[in-house]
Amino acid sequence: MTSSLSRACAGAVLAGAAGLAAAQDMTGAGATFPAPIYAKWADAYNKATGARLNYQSVGSGAGIQQIRAKTVDFGATDMPLSDDALAKDGLIQFPTVIGGVVPVVNIKGIAPGQIKLTGQVLGDIYLGKITRWNDPALTALNPGVPLPDEAVSAVRRADGSGTSFIFTNYLSKTNAEWKAKVGEGTAVNWPTGAGGKGNEGVASYVQRLPNSIGYVEYAYAKQNKMTYTLLKNKDGNFVPPDADNFKAAAAGADWSKTFFQVLTDQPGKDAWPISGATFILMYKAQEKPATAAGALKFFDWAYANGDKMADELEYVPLPTAVKELVRKSWAASIKDASGKSIAWK
Amino acid sequence: MAATLPASAYLREEGKIRSDMKDRPPVARRVSPWADVVFSALAHGAAWLTLALLAGILVSLVIGAAPAIRAYGLSFLWTSEWDPVQNRYGGLVMIYGTLMTSLIALVIAVPVSFGIALFLTELSPLWLKRPLGTAIELLAAVPSIVYGMWGLLVFSPILSRFVQQPLQSVFKGVPVLGSLFSGPPVGIGLLSAGIILAIMVIPFIASVMRDVFDVTPPMLKESAYALGSTTWEVVWKVVLPYTKTGVVGGIMLGLGRALGETMAVTFVIGNFNQLNSLSLFEAANSITSALANEFGEAAPGLHQASLIYLGLVLFLITFIVLSISKLLLQRLKRREGRVA
Repeated sequence: MTSSLSRACAGAVLAGAAGLAAAQDMTGAGATFPAPIYAKWADAYNKATGARLNYQSVGSGAGIQQIRAKTVDFGATDMPLSDDALAKDGLIQFPTVIGGVVPVVNIKGIAPGQIKLTGQVLGDIYLGKITRWNDPALTALNPGVPLPDEAVSAVRRADGSGTSFIFTNYLSKTNAEWKAKVGEGTAVNWPTGAGGKGNEGVASYVQRLPNSIGYVEYAYAKQNKMTYTLLKNKDGNFVPPDADNFKAAAAGADWSKTFFQVLTDQPGKDAWPISGATFILMYKAQEKPATAAGALKFFDWAYANGDKMADELEYVPLPTAVKELVRKSWAASIKDASGKSIAWK
Repeated sequence: MAATLPASAYLREEGKIRSDMKDRPPVARRVSPWADVVFSALAHGAAWLTLALLAGILVSLVIGAAPAIRAYGLSFLWTSEWDPVQNRYGGLVMIYGTLMTSLIALVIAVPVSFGIALFLTELSPLWLKRPLGTAIELLAAVPSIVYGMWGLLVFSPILSRFVQQPLQSVFKGVPVLGSLFSGPPVGIGLLSAGIILAIMVIPFIASVMRDVFDVTPPMLKESAYALGSTTWEVVWKVVLPYTKTGVVGGIMLGLGRALGETMAVTFVIGNFNQLNSLSLFEAANSITSALANEFGEAAPGLHQASLIYLGLVLFLITFIVLSISKLLLQRLKRREGRVA
């Protein structure tokens, strides 16, 4: 009698402690691309509610591994998992913010937005087929632009990255030869080009090497005032990379059936063709409902209050309709052990 | 106390002690009997722990690489394709890059280090010895990422303009050398990685060489000088033979560092997984650089296993290098005393 009572007491104390800790701390790991905005959100959220988020920006691949190993409460990835892969592991996936990948060049006398490119031409450059800036394919796209008779130095990411995934996904969609020879992935067998480590590596290569071309996340291009190019989108318009055009790409996608959306080459008059969302992975069946609720509360709060912070860091917030869809999917999919929805509101 | 006792009592006491001691062998005097045991256990433990760690690393590398070893076997070593999308992996590009950059590093670093050590021990005025020696040792303390960033931002443009472009124009059309210096002169590639590595290993090799040159008995040197030798002859025929073990050891230390260096190399080597030409200007990749770049995002399975396989290969390369240096030293020792 006494022993069972004391055990019950100890259990209650432990549960209380665990509940308290869960309300305070949640852990996530994965993509490096959204790490700055997650950190900013977490900081503001901590001030607002006292809850802490420990986010390790270890890379998308490692994030997927960590959520599979259940060492974190949520994983984060730039490369969405297919619905089949999600179902196999019992995971749910939802987008948080949108970003864009921007081709940048360093050619003397060329201003930002002066060069127009298509996916076909960009693919040929990275295939090593277009080797000089005054190649007929380039001059035909850019009549009147003083393209030099110089070799193109292509620069790309050396490390596996979600940025490369979005970029190669776009090239695969728009350049048949690229799709056949190279394909898409966080790391691919690049036929040409020097590899820089991280966005900052690519940015510094491009800034240093004359007549180079590279691709970086939008925030890097903007902060470093790099010479971006225009790209032809699916509707045939040449568009510059900016927040509105990333949003247009997100609006063109059909999120209602699945969040497995790679926002490259999306329809829409203004859609920037190399856009992409970044994603969170969580288990549908939650062993620790309190922690899961904490994580969902955080993202709910971020959807409601985080748009301005995202803007400041050059990320693009999700369209409101998509946020509502995500909230609905939480209610429908994420359950505790007894099959009850997790209360995050 | 004993002095106050009557003599007989004293003797009795003495006798008692004596009779006691007769039964037992004399006990060795110890401060605390377990200290030796603990110390010996700790010392043994430290030695065995190192071995166990080494074995553990080797075993975990083999286990981690097992899928790739099963899939490719030894052909991994001479296959150059590295395609994460098709899931086909071969390590030739990285192995070549690692060996080539280390070779370039040694070709540059060994003569320079020898010169530094020679200057410091034989030629330098006394007041310069200490500051110069310290400065060289300080170079060893610079973090490798600093070398990498400096290499990328400062050194490679200089290399491109003042070394690569002149070399290209000089050797244009020359059969072998021409192809060695072909490719875009952007200052990123095998050559720049090798030179950065050379700068990084020079302090190690130079300070070891200086230290061993310093321990050459002055009598030997003075005798040689007395016989009319020049400084060069003294160094080449007296100091170097006397210190060859240490010199080889220093070079191997530098080579070990060059083989394993990661951050600095990854900045300037270009991280390019194709082996299109033998040009030193071509962007390439090294084992460590590939590991650093790709491990974070490598999908579990063949990609990760292949990266671990690369790590295993690096482990073996280092092991082989060490073995060769031991063999070299043994041969040198055997020839000791004979007239060259």
